[in-house]
Amino acid sequence: MTLMKKFLGAAAAVALSAGAVVAEPALIFDLGGKFDKSFNEAAYNGAARWAGEHGTSFREIELQSEAQREQALRRFAEAGNNPIVMTGFAFGNVLSEVAPDYPDTKFAIIDMVVDAPNVRSVVFNEHEGSYLVGMMAAMASKTGTVGFIGGMDIPLIRKFACGYVQGVKAVNPDATVIQNMTGTTPAAWNDPVKGSELTKAQISQGADVVYAAAGGTGVGVLQTAADEGILSIGVDSNQNYLHSGKVLTSMMKRVDNAVYEAMKEGDNLDMGIYVMGVANGGIDYALDQHNEALVTGPMKREVDKAKEAISSGALSVHDYMSDNTCPVE
Amino acid sequence: MDKMPQWADVVLIPLISLILAAILSALVILAIGENPIDAFNLMVQGALMRSAGWGYTLYYATNFMFTGLAVAVAFHARMFNIGGEGQAMLGGLGVALACLYIPWPHWSLAIIGATVGAALFGAAWAYIPAILQARRGSHIVITTIMFNFIAAGVLNYLLVNMLRPVGAMDPATAKFPEATHLPTFRDMFSTADNIMFRGAPANVTFFIAIAACVLVWYLIWRTRLGYEIRAFGHSESAAKYAGISPVRITVIAMLISGALAGLMSINTTMGESERLILNSTEGAGFIGIAVALMGRSHPFGVFLAAILFGFLYQGGAELALWTNIPRELIVVIQALVILFTGALDNMVRMPLEKLFLALRRRDA
Repeated sequence: MTLMKKFLGAAAAVALSAGAVVAEPALIFDLGGKFDKSFNEAAYNGAARWAGEHGTSFREIELQSEAQREQALRRFAEAGNNPIVMTGFAFGNVLSEVAPDYPDTKFAIIDMVVDAPNVRSVVFNEHEGSYLVGMMAAMASKTGTVGFIGGMDIPLIRKFACGYVQGVKAVNPDATVIQNMTGTTPAAWNDPVKGSELTKAQISQGADVVYAAAGGTGVGVLQTAADEGILSIGVDSNQNYLHSGKVLTSMMKRVDNAVYEAMKEGDNLDMGIYVMGVANGGIDYALDQHNEALVTGPMKREVDKAKEAISSGALSVHDYMSDNTCPVE
Repeated sequence: MDKMPQWADVVLIPLISLILAAILSALVILAIGENPIDAFNLMVQGALMRSAGWGYTLYYATNFMFTGLAVAVAFHARMFNIGGEGQAMLGGLGVALACLYIPWPHWSLAIIGATVGAALFGAAWAYIPAILQARRGSHIVITTIMFNFIAAGVLNYLLVNMLRPVGAMDPATAKFPEATHLPTFRDMFSTADNIMFRGAPANVTFFIAIAACVLVWYLIWRTRLGYEIRAFGHSESAAKYAGISPVRITVIAMLISGALAGLMSINTTMGESERLILNSTEGAGFIGIAVALMGRSHPFGVFLAAILFGFLYQGGAELALWTNIPRELIVVIQALVILFTGALDNMVRMPLEKLFLALRRRDA
């Protein structure tokens, strides 16, 4: 009897502490994990920046299984966490089912469009940023051959590749672009060893700049490129610092800003589709003390010119996902 | 003759193993600076004190029941089927094909079709290792584990290149049609003003799992085939002498085992995701080994052990949600329980047997 009482008391205490988190925002990482030095980590950095500036905290979870996607969404929503931010297209299916059940909770999903009145969908014009780093790759290349290493072979990554090739060809129409995908399953996001092998294969074919759009796999690409003395291009987060002086630049997809904004707006989160591109600073190339020696004056001038042209609409980069084809190979 | 009484074998050993695992887990949690008692309360609270928590616990338990039974049936014929994972993946393919390409008018018919599809595909995947074992003596442990990898490769190829809808990013099939959606516990047990099992994935498949437990019990202890399987498992030469064909028993036991593993995918594929995804089995095939070991290969034991592991899975998810215990450590805690109940069985058994022998000697 007393044991049962004690137990129930403890259970109530737990329930209370769970109730105390009301209105904290929550962040759900995809299966790739929090510290992938790339996509998920950018989301974490955005949330951490918000929490640091506002002196508060947020809930977070790294998923273990597919069934937990829906579970995490529902449990956070029921506990009153608001808004709930999630990273990755794989949440699309689940969110479109869960969101209508919690009309008072606001959701933000990154990299996917979910059509519901309480969901903010943030998508990025990755093709624009890839175009810019493609131009830089072509200008930095001495062999006229550059490489692209994608993560999982999905339309989203082909969108990166297509923008990149367009940028390369805009500078040097005769350039060769070698393209490889790491795999066809989510495991391809976290396979640095395979990334390293692909990099070596591309180097043997003459590539002297490689662009990795592969999440955690990119760590292996950048490492091998630095070891073999060629240049690499990072993705999503600013990865220039990983190998100072050996990473040409990084295609920055400001997932951190998207998460930061969503948490900052909190309860007043505006719904609808947000397209983040070069024009509104959601996409950019990275320039800092680690790569300023690599980015020459003319290179920067050309890229900034293209940046302005894209922002003003004078230059439009073809989006692979608009028709599932790419005009250049 | 028996070294120790039945109740000690069935109750005491699993209980001591569990307590040992719990103590070690508590030390792990202490080592990273969290309170183990709070953590345990959180697990119980999240997994057993809310109907939605039960909904998840029973959902995971349903998976483990099927794979546990699959391993148990093979154990009775003294075979170690560690290919439950691959057989369940292929079973999922059977479910997906049945749901996508046959226009079912109602879920009650669709579930029969899906059951047949899952069992056929799962059994077919177990048939090849079985026939290799029976006719060529290729060790079943090696072949079944290799077949897990082949199954993953086959499924990957089919999902990426054939079954994925145009323009989709996930390697997954299209959503199954509305008519094949199984009623969840929420649909079955909620009343108008009292919604139970909200959002939980437990569904009608749970009752199929219970039926499977009963049928396996009947098969093993009440039929001639079951007797042959057990006889073969106890002594192959004696079984041969009694006119039981080793080839026939090996193949039949593995077919039943594979079919049971395949049935698991009704729960995950048809019941939960309502489409076939790449990683639908999520290791349940391997958990089945621990469940069968802990349940002493008896269907009722499997039932209880499956619920325990369901609790560990759902409780682990709750820990991930509400504490700062990293997910890797939650896997460590789950692994400790598997280690103690499955792999380190003899560590508890031997001293206990000695103890009971000593007691008996004193009595005599």
